[in-house]
Amino acid sequence: MKVTITPSKLEKILAAGHLAVTSECGPPRHGSPEVIEKKANLIGDYVDAINVTDNQTAVVRQCSLAACIRIKLMGLEPVLQMVTRDRNRIALQSDLLGATSYGIHNVLCLTGDHQRFGDHASGSNVFDMDSTRLLQTVKMMRDEGRLLSGHEMHEGRPQMFIGAAENPFADPFEIRVMRLAKKVKAGAQFIQTQCIYNMPKFKLWMKLLREEGLHEKVAILAGLTPMKNVGMAKYMKNRVPGMDVPDDIIKRLAGVPKEKQADEGIQICLEQIEELKQEEGIRGFHIMAIEWEEKVPEIVDRAGLYPRPSIN
Amino acid sequence: MIMAKAKPLEEILSYLEEFHRILVLGCNGCVAVCEAGGMKEAEVLASALRIQAMQTGKRREIHELSLTRQCDKEYLAELKDKLDGYDAVLSLACGAGVQFMAEMYGEKPIFPGVDTCFIGVTEEQGVWTERCQACGQCILASTGGICPIMRCAKRMLNGPCGGSEKGKCEISVLVGRDVDCGWHLIFERLKKLGQLSKFAEPALDKDWTLSRDGGPRLITREDVKP
Amino acid sequence: MRLSYPANIRIIKVPCTGRVAIIHLLKAFEKGADGVFVAGCLEGDCHYQSGNLRAKKRVAYVRHLLTSIGVNPERLAMYNLSAGMGPRFAEIAREMTEKVRALGPFLQPSTRAVELAESRVA
Repeated sequence: MKVTITPSKLEKILAAGHLAVTSECGPPRHGSPEVIEKKANLIGDYVDAINVTDNQTAVVRQCSLAACIRIKLMGLEPVLQMVTRDRNRIALQSDLLGATSYGIHNVLCLTGDHQRFGDHASGSNVFDMDSTRLLQTVKMMRDEGRLLSGHEMHEGRPQMFIGAAENPFADPFEIRVMRLAKKVKAGAQFIQTQCIYNMPKFKLWMKLLREEGLHEKVAILAGLTPMKNVGMAKYMKNRVPGMDVPDDIIKRLAGVPKEKQADEGIQICLEQIEELKQEEGIRGFHIMAIEWEEKVPEIVDRAGLYPRPSIN
Repeated sequence: MIMAKAKPLEEILSYLEEFHRILVLGCNGCVAVCEAGGMKEAEVLASALRIQAMQTGKRREIHELSLTRQCDKEYLAELKDKLDGYDAVLSLACGAGVQFMAEMYGEKPIFPGVDTCFIGVTEEQGVWTERCQACGQCILASTGGICPIMRCAKRMLNGPCGGSEKGKCEISVLVGRDVDCGWHLIFERLKKLGQLSKFAEPALDKDWTLSRDGGPRLITREDVKP
Repeated sequence: MRLSYPANIRIIKVPCTGRVAIIHLLKAFEKGADGVFVAGCLEGDCHYQSGNLRAKKRVAYVRHLLTSIGVNPERLAMYNLSAGMGPRFAEIAREMTEKVRALGPFLQPSTRAVELAESRVA
């Protein structure tokens, strides 16, 4: 049993040697509270922690912090996703303090999709910091009890389990492991990867990071997104930068009648989970069933990962 | 050089609606290099404006002139007494020149004739691209001579992000042309120079006070002041 | 060849249409032309490699400019023919004349009179 440094349930589950399961809730494009409540209730029992995305794809949604607070008050474990696109160091640190005040103990530090992808493309961007710098900031706030300015917090220090994202499928492949090492150095304790379809490439990345001993320094949670239909697969292949969808996935989905494609997509996802359970260094799964959260319980259950271990 | 491009003629015409004696003032500095506001462009624009006036039966007098630069008072001073005959000036200089004109000859309306875009270079005749964002603290020494503040769409200091694909920035799919991933370029360069170790260390913090965020900036050299 | 073409054509000879600058095209209208055409060599046959291609781009640019100032871009055109194609030149001259005539004078007669009067005084 490893030593944990925060009250984070996710950290404790990983430290106990279990395979962790996380998923995400996308907040709605309006201010009503029911959506987050409903989604969290749907998946809460089947995951160890719930990520809330932060204006994903630069589309305005209810803010991640508000949704995380709601999830926390529901008795569940939120992961606060923070992008550096929309907030400067003042706002980011401020939000971290706000999250701390509600007992939120997990944060995923991201740079964020460019705002031109979103619905407010004419807005300015911030990018005062990038994800690596944000990792350093959270670490400093937690371990030294200081803000970037040097100001010392005598109480209410963030107790955050710090995460980052990595995309083994983006270019240049050569530096993806170096980048991971840099993020670990900056403070990353867990990684949620971009969703995996190209298994050989993913395994190559895992092999390279194992060679650097990184699998012992950081918990890698494999990112998975079940395909709903062949249209979704094609879209992700051609229109999403950094996404690697091999042709055989497309062929497999196309070879099945339309009404069966969703089931096939889930089947693929389950096969991936089984394969990755055997991969050294994989410490869990991050299931991103975007706008398909209702499938998460089924996936977790059929993957033999239910019930989730209880941790005090 | 500062790169600019000509404003749409319709916009320029809307500025000049109520004026009858107009001077089109070119600048032989940066805007001449990017063929947006030099003497050649001033002549063409003045001719087009005269034709438009003729066509609409407007009584207008439009002349053109070009200065060596519009960002130095000694050149602007050459216009002293020459502006009496005009009721408006259309300056084709960059934003700095237009403002300097207005500061010296503020009794006349001075209108901009170009959109000032960026600090950049001439890739080839007819193609100009951005290189520098004047952040006030150059870090090119640590990035193999390639600027991440300008060439990375997210001005990351620890790039690339997860959207870099085949050496192109993720915004390429949105803007309809290939935008190089700045960090991919930096990586290739550092590799060539044998300096890949620079990648391993998290970058130092950026002090934005020295850039636009800190407010209007100033440089002085006491030793060259008279 | 002693072919006939309309007498209203004023020919300005250049060694290559690549020599024709944007300002020349505009000045022609400023000085009272109702229409302008640029006659260059056949594409691929330019003696100076690509002079006629540059001319093509400039003509396109000025047509666009004319549109923004409310002038019908049909008043300016580019044609390609070889030096030996006398009949074709005559044909082009007639075609262009007819086209421009149909568009009417570039300036209204009253404006034209004022312009001429003013230029005499100056």
